Amino acid sequence: MHRKTILQAKEDLKQKKYSAVELTEAVYQRIDDVESKVQAYIHLTKKQALEQAREADRRLSAAEEAPLLGIPIALKDLICMQETRTTCASQILDQFISPYDATVVKRLKGAGAVIVGKTNMDEFAMGSSTESAWHHPSMNPWNLERVPGGSSGGSAAAVAANECIGALGSDTGGSIRQPANFSGVTGLKPTYGRVSRFGLIAFASSLDQIGPMTKTVADSALLMNVISGKDPLDSTSADVERPDFMKSLERSVSGLKMGIPKEYFTSGIDPEVERSVQEAIKTLESLGMEKVEVSLPHLEYAVATYYVIACAEASTNLSRYDGVKYGYRSEKNDNLLDMYMNTREEGFGEEVKRRIMLGTFVLSSGYYDAYYLKGQKVRTLIKQDFENAFQESDVIVAPNAPITAFKLKERVNDPLKMYLSDIYTISANLAGIPGMSVPCGISKSDGMPIGVQLMSKHFDEESLIAVGHRFQQATDHHLRQPPL
Amino acid sequence: MSGKFNIDNIAQLARLKLTDAEKERLGGHLEQIIEYIDQLNRLDTEDVEPTSHVLPIHNVFREDEVSQSGATPDYLTGSPSHQKGHYEVPKII
Repeated sequence: MHRKTILQAKEDLKQKKYSAVELTEAVYQRIDDVESKVQAYIHLTKKQALEQAREADRRLSAAEEAPLLGIPIALKDLICMQETRTTCASQILDQFISPYDATVVKRLKGAGAVIVGKTNMDEFAMGSSTESAWHHPSMNPWNLERVPGGSSGGSAAAVAANECIGALGSDTGGSIRQPANFSGVTGLKPTYGRVSRFGLIAFASSLDQIGPMTKTVADSALLMNVISGKDPLDSTSADVERPDFMKSLERSVSGLKMGIPKEYFTSGIDPEVERSVQEAIKTLESLGMEKVEVSLPHLEYAVATYYVIACAEASTNLSRYDGVKYGYRSEKNDNLLDMYMNTREEGFGEEVKRRIMLGTFVLSSGYYDAYYLKGQKVRTLIKQDFENAFQESDVIVAPNAPITAFKLKERVNDPLKMYLSDIYTISANLAGIPGMSVPCGISKSDGMPIGVQLMSKHFDEESLIAVGHRFQQATDHHLRQPPL
Repeated sequence: MSGKFNIDNIAQLARLKLTDAEKERLGGHLEQIIEYIDQLNRLDTEDVEPTSHVLPIHNVFREDEVSQSGATPDYLTGSPSHQKGHYEVPKII
């Protein structure tokens, strides 16, 4: 049962092959069986989940319809859920109990979902491997010595290991797409503004976006239908009509133009990754898509731009953790300033401190214009690159990461090297466009999954879903299971 | 790049009481990262407008209507120290 996709489970529940309680119990049984190896979750919400499942069964027996009725979903632990802990994988928020539901949680509950638990992540979503998590790292279900990617590594691992039926993650510079890629699942970062950020603990507010991480593109389409849409509680959520993303599954992709950005296939890319992505491009051509070369000339500046902007925003967002309003407070607190400084010193991990320091520096007097303003200007150039590329193409097809999942501890001591593993995903956040990772092969050299990245214009997730779904109908990469 | 980065000053601004070992380690990393970021100077951005927000959203207004929000006790319970409906902090002066 735990291996089912959302759409399969939905159909089975409707036909009463099993109940929502049975499905939820099967998922918890699977968690009992594999969680000691994978460590995908920070904490489980079993009691509430079983109540939600019983309620779903009542509604199912009354022949009620709701998009996610009785479906077990996992949440990245920076999405607030009322009366449960939301830790951000940080000591500073370890005991924080959210007084309200994030808008996406409200929508999931309204759609009948069963919330299984809160998944692991890099502390405050700052990282690419889920190793900066305060409680414990997570392992890649395909090879327990390797990372699941990050920062939504717990959600990716939970989906890959069938410890949930679907999950939500968040993506600031690739944190949905890169772990989806590393763990062999589907991950969609929506357009900035498509999904409300209310109740999402902020990292970099102009880049953060919540999105689905699932076993198939079709499941992501269904989750998008539930979580998208304008929210008065998030003034940056866009006032655009939400299409029925399920309709995109029926769309033909014949005649669509796929832009291949030449800068993504240069030095530094693993030959196995390049081979798989090129094969995916051939498959898309066989589905009738037309290949055109496009150029995104400022790609090489994306990582530098991102770290200026994301860290600047993080340094201000994280100033709220001062030991007063919530979370951890240091015992060493003779006066107020000492209390602030000791609380933050003890409560944050190294990567978070590094980024707060970098962000504080680029915003500091004398350096603001040279770094922060410069970064914002280069961001404009990166955004314009995409506008130009979308003049000639409908969907950009590229690798997601230059490498496959690396080994635990391999990169933790070299932050710059860790940052560079996000080089292919960061631009979409800077430009605000949607991006999706779809499994497209297994590396012959290390046996790890490889994904292909699809990107489209603002608010055109429909094209990504159409192309991704056709690709999954033509291939079986997404059906492969890790050897757990 | 050396000399640009006064780690004590930045740590004070960031309200982080770093240990000497951390200053050494983070300082080294930050110098390396800032040097990497300096490659942005290769680009001429004289006539480029900065982007702070990707969508054309400016002021977002709504009707000023009364609605239900969380109760004060719900918000105070997360605080490490509170008394009589207020946050409690160490002595300020």
